[in-house]
Amino acid sequence: MRKMKFSEAIDDAIAQAMAADSRIIILGEDVQALRRNLLVRFGKKRVLNTPISEAAFTGAGITAAMTGLRPVVEIMLVDFIGTAMDAILNHAAKVEAFSGGRWKVPLVIRATCGGGYGDGGQHEQSLWGWLAHIPGISVVVPSTPADAGGLMFSALEHPHPVFFLEHKLLSDMWLDYLGGASRKSVDFDVPFEGTYGQVPSKWTKIPLGQAAVRKTGTNLTIVSLGVGVHRSLECSKILQDNNISAEIIDLRTVSPLDIRTIHESVSKTGCLLVVDEDYQGFGLSGEVAATLLERGLSFEYARVCTSGTIPFSRKLEDEALPNVKRILDASLKLVNKKV
Amino acid sequence: MDLWVLYKQMLRSRLFEEAVSVLWNEGLISGEMHLGTGEEGIIAGIVTQLQEGDSLALDHRGTSALLMRGIDPILLMKELLGLPDGLCSGRSGHMHLFSPELLAASSGIVGSTGPAATGFALAARYLRTGKLSISFFGEGAMNQGMMMESFNLAVTWNLPVIFVCKDDKWSITTHSRNITAGNLTDRAAVFGMPTYEVDGSDVREVWISARKCLNRARAGLGPSFILATCSHLEGHFLGDPLLRTVRKPLSELPGITIPLMKSLLQSGGASALSRLEGLTIILNQVGKTIRDRKREIRDPVKIVRKLLVTEKMQLEKLEAQVFEELAGVISSITSE
Repeated sequence: MRKMKFSEAIDDAIAQAMAADSRIIILGEDVQALRRNLLVRFGKKRVLNTPISEAAFTGAGITAAMTGLRPVVEIMLVDFIGTAMDAILNHAAKVEAFSGGRWKVPLVIRATCGGGYGDGGQHEQSLWGWLAHIPGISVVVPSTPADAGGLMFSALEHPHPVFFLEHKLLSDMWLDYLGGASRKSVDFDVPFEGTYGQVPSKWTKIPLGQAAVRKTGTNLTIVSLGVGVHRSLECSKILQDNNISAEIIDLRTVSPLDIRTIHESVSKTGCLLVVDEDYQGFGLSGEVAATLLERGLSFEYARVCTSGTIPFSRKLEDEALPNVKRILDASLKLVNKKV
Repeated sequence: MDLWVLYKQMLRSRLFEEAVSVLWNEGLISGEMHLGTGEEGIIAGIVTQLQEGDSLALDHRGTSALLMRGIDPILLMKELLGLPDGLCSGRSGHMHLFSPELLAASSGIVGSTGPAATGFALAARYLRTGKLSISFFGEGAMNQGMMMESFNLAVTWNLPVIFVCKDDKWSITTHSRNITAGNLTDRAAVFGMPTYEVDGSDVREVWISARKCLNRARAGLGPSFILATCSHLEGHFLGDPLLRTVRKPLSELPGITIPLMKSLLQSGGASALSRLEGLTIILNQVGKTIRDRKREIRDPVKIVRKLLVTEKMQLEKLEAQVFEELAGVISSITSE
């Protein structure tokens, strides 16, 4: 076993895959600097700098994938996907269906996501629910280095388009780059368990669509992903002191959604809290509830999400994002409702 | 052209942003921080010629333009600090500054000031005859489709827009020349609008070209394009990893070179030649940054000051005034 940082694990998994499969290339803004370790090992033909032209290079990534390459397209921040959304929505997601299943798009789009470092509402969104809403797109949101590497390894062999989202609070590299974390006296609530940890000596695939139960419990199921998993785990310790036993499920992928694992847990606890850093309305948190209801399950339900545009001010931002206090309040209210 | 007015605005902006830099380094301002230090000549040469009713589409470096346009510096500084009584109630930060009174809107999305200024100009044509809009953007934005679409729209609709490309030769931290085809001024010219190439560190050059563009727009003759060169004194943003490596090699390099060498020598991957080529790209990037630093950077504030230095008394008086204004801003914030 080795120990690695979050982004280092992703790069390492990509390196292992690149060494084995010469079809894998990386393209994106600044990638020759950001992925310099891959550049010096695999050369400039496989790590390509792009202009600030997301629509063009994402669209090109799709057809390159259709004709034999396995591109990893990097969108620096998922917020910047706006200009390339047509390529995702109307092309990457639809080629397979339109071709009657005869043409696939084995494309990975890697982007950072998430807030908590005061960069404002155009640089801190999560958007995984918005992306997963589109049929034909898988969305991965890891919460630990081991998962990040294993899921990336899986994404690189997946025959369909995969969005791979990397939360900036988990990545010291991105937090330094975008949050100026090297400054003294800046204070981010970084969940350290998610930023550095043991990884396998050789990467193997973690299947997409398989959630992980991070903690077993009996009174309440908390479903989350990304940084929310760590906030939920922190909250579960306080709940434990109040004799409330919470089960924490880390989705790991939004789409495909592992509804079986959630179903099993909620059948047991009768109580579901979704902690989702993405926007509250029309998204993942509602989808989880609706899918369980369709399966005939009866349960108490609440959610802690982001409700509006993320404010710049660190104080306002902390209040807007799912924090331990909000998760705790919602958990207590929910469990009391059940009794 | 009144060089005193221009110098005053440029100095106000420079000192304000230097204060911002200190506050950011102290950790009092969160997130990224893109300063406009080094592009004051471009901003002043254009913004000081605007009239009431003209509109501004600003990129992620909008602080300087807003200051020169007359925003209350206390409100602006409070916004950057994320205070509830800031310009945008602490909700915008430096990349998303808005002032409905000044018809000024910012965005952190590269290229988005093209469509924004085009729409401002469209409204001006219906509602504010003789008024115009400015689009500020970097040369990296010239590779965004929406910028080219805006050029086309503004020309075909004959809108009063001035597209101002601030060329610092870097797209984020990639050297623009390596990812940009052709010549940017030629690119704009093919849309059929007048184009100008100026040294953006000389505010006089900017002012003169801008004058022609502004007159043309106000007369209803359509859009123009200005390409103005500049150097950002603080790189892409404060804490720019390239600049940091160059400035503090001893503390920064081990974290970069150790993994780099490990990866360079790892089995599996490209040929030795391709690997060396990759390494050369990284060394060239750092080297280019060092050369940019060593080459005397043409500082627009210093250049205009030199022209005024003979009038020592007046200069000292003006500088004292500007210092006093900034001191007032700082003290009014710290006293709260």
